[in-house]
Amino acid sequence: MDELLVPASNRKHLLLGNEAVVRGAMEGNVRFVAAYPGTPSSEIIDRFSQLAEEAGVYVEYSVNEKVSMETACAAALSGVRSLCSMKHVGLNVAADAFMTLAYVGVRAGMVMVVADDPSLHSSQNEQDNRAYAKMAGVPMLEPSTPEEAREMTLSGLDLSEAYRIPCMLRTTTRVNHSRGPVRFGELPREKPTASFTKDPFNLVVVPMVGRKLRLALMEKEKMLREEAEKSPFNFVTGQGENGIITSGVSWLYVQDALRDLGLEGKVKVLKLGFTHPMPRKLVGNFLRGVGKVLVVEELEPFLEEAVKGIAQEEEIPVKIVGKGEQWIPRAFELDSVKVKRAVGRCFQVPYDPPTIFSAPELPARPPTLCPGCPHRATYFSVRKVFGDEAVYPTDIGCYTLGVLPPLRMADFLVCMGSSVSTAGGFSRVLDRPVVAFIGDSTFFHGGIPGLINAVSHDHRFLLVILDNGTTAMTGHQPHPGVEWTRRGRIEPAVRIEDVVRGCGVKKVALVNPLQMKKTQEVLDDLRRQMKDPGVSVLIAKSPCPLFERRMTGKKQKIVFKVQGDCDRCKRCLRELGCPAFVWEASAAGEECIRINEALCNGCAFCAQMCPSIKPEKIEG
Amino acid sequence: MRIFFTGVGGQGTLLATRLVGEAALEEGLPVVVSEIHGMAQRGGVVESAVAVGNLSSPTIADGEADILLAFEPLEALRALPKCHGRTVVVANTVPIVPFTVAVGQSTYPSMELIRSSLEAKVARVIWVDAVQTARRSGSERGANMVMVGVLAGTGKIPVSGKSWRKAMERVLPGKVLEANWKAFQSGFDLGAPGSE
Repeated sequence: MDELLVPASNRKHLLLGNEAVVRGAMEGNVRFVAAYPGTPSSEIIDRFSQLAEEAGVYVEYSVNEKVSMETACAAALSGVRSLCSMKHVGLNVAADAFMTLAYVGVRAGMVMVVADDPSLHSSQNEQDNRAYAKMAGVPMLEPSTPEEAREMTLSGLDLSEAYRIPCMLRTTTRVNHSRGPVRFGELPREKPTASFTKDPFNLVVVPMVGRKLRLALMEKEKMLREEAEKSPFNFVTGQGENGIITSGVSWLYVQDALRDLGLEGKVKVLKLGFTHPMPRKLVGNFLRGVGKVLVVEELEPFLEEAVKGIAQEEEIPVKIVGKGEQWIPRAFELDSVKVKRAVGRCFQVPYDPPTIFSAPELPARPPTLCPGCPHRATYFSVRKVFGDEAVYPTDIGCYTLGVLPPLRMADFLVCMGSSVSTAGGFSRVLDRPVVAFIGDSTFFHGGIPGLINAVSHDHRFLLVILDNGTTAMTGHQPHPGVEWTRRGRIEPAVRIEDVVRGCGVKKVALVNPLQMKKTQEVLDDLRRQMKDPGVSVLIAKSPCPLFERRMTGKKQKIVFKVQGDCDRCKRCLRELGCPAFVWEASAAGEECIRINEALCNGCAFCAQMCPSIKPEKIEG
Repeated sequence: MRIFFTGVGGQGTLLATRLVGEAALEEGLPVVVSEIHGMAQRGGVVESAVAVGNLSSPTIADGEADILLAFEPLEALRALPKCHGRTVVVANTVPIVPFTVAVGQSTYPSMELIRSSLEAKVARVIWVDAVQTARRSGSERGANMVMVGVLAGTGKIPVSGKSWRKAMERVLPGKVLEANWKAFQSGFDLGAPGSE
């Protein structure tokens, strides 16, 4: 039995925050889950996918976050509790649905998990999505620990169902990817039956319906504020003249800070878990009881501005500090030292920060494309044909690592799908070739409208679709074009080539990028054709080797070795940058190039660029 | 007790982290674990943390790690800013050469520099050839368990042998359990006080 499905007991389970969300959803009888993967949220949909059959839950990897939210809300409208999850920037994609779904609401509970990424561990920005809850007017819960993630997912479903509005569960990386002891509650047994009653004057948002729903939403917000006032997720601890208001993972840093500064129990702490609508009375009463307040939160001054507003309206003479150079930084994650420093300064308690030992300058260990990665081969060949002259808009996935030397094959990126549309813009204003790169999963996610736009406006660029058969970066999740599965090779649900042709692209070519000569010939031909306006597409198709091995169990048969006639031109190091290559001193003290056999994946690409590299059979 | 883990993608640091967390939980100690996912399979640095006892923060700030468990010597030195004067370091001596060094863009620091830089600052460094120790106990793949074994052997975390065993049963599937337990035990003997 899956660990997340075991019955309630006294034993606590050490779960990731993301796993705790799944358990909470199971306890809340969620039967419909849809998501597009994205760090730090991916394990939510991955764990649901693993237990779907056993638990009787419908789980789908949707094409993007907007699609996942819309799919899941239809289930909730039909009386089936649902959940969708996404990384923070995923909510930008889903925002169109999100903003108006708040008006229309749901019938059964629906939770939207939105995972922010302070410090940009795996993201392009560190936007604070709490602003979205306020903008849309939906209730928001913010867990601090995995146990709270379970409880709040469960409560969020009840809250959503009671007020017929989706509930946002806002997490951050340190909640999603922390493990902590989690108590298991009972799992319900009854399976909901879906039904739908036609109600167009509440469900079809034409202006006259939207006007009515707008007012209804404001009424709901009032009632939800009353819920926040009495929510067990908002509570006060400690005593004294000094106060701290905090939420999410910051609460944990506050606890350690107070303990280490000898202030445990001597500072009044308002811990907020239900943070929108803000419990105004609770906050007001808290402010009246203290002389000075420090607001401790990551990213934007979301709580701080609300708290200051309440103090002003209620005419409470209390000093409130939060964001600022001396206090709590706005950029990046907090930690216990940053919080101790601010707390010590704010309440005039001596604090000696630790002396930080410095390490000497050390060689970097950046993540790189794996040995045998077909993206490296594609980049190598495109550079051969288009050189430095071309502008290379890129997109989001493993292949973004192509930005690093020696490949240097990325010139512009803002978000999922931006490669295609920005290529159109660049090509209109620049007198240079434009070659855009996008991965297969990202193409399905956000690349298609840009491609149709480019075709209809006759933009002149080459789009290279890096098709490795999976969503590799986030952990090999499936997408509509998947061919390789554990059960063997299947006919893909949607062929990328069909989509490209269906978008109206006339010049379409398909290559295996690991075949260097053929690929470069095709690229030469495509470059010549770029004299004429219009979009051309090259599909560079070769499976992610990690994924292929996992799916097929295929064993590697050969490795490559550098032969004695190597003239040490170092082109392999300078132009290819495969991590299996080593530049070292030989036994005789001469510098030489070697291929690390343990890392070589046998892709054979290097042997096509250098006559001194030859294959060798793996023995045994 | 704040334990900081560092290593390279593919070394099994996250499994080791989880094992320490499960063992503490089994022992009935308050515990919180933090991991960073995403880039781990791409040859980058993988860092994680376990806080055992009366602590709440999932992460460890610079200067606050009581134990540093480093699965690779260069990464041990890179994590020096996490340490303080009373930190105990357990470090694997087997290097994994970063790509930037392999292609000649930079040089791997000498083991003497790594040793002396660490030993000059922290209370104690236990150097372990985790790969060879694991090989002797059956398979190189147990190197991560050797490292956790050494940590357990130091007695710095109040977890009994029984709880370590139960945690391992929980984390690892039956067919690899005994091999990993053997690797753990060979590490345990190295970490035990007076064994150096």
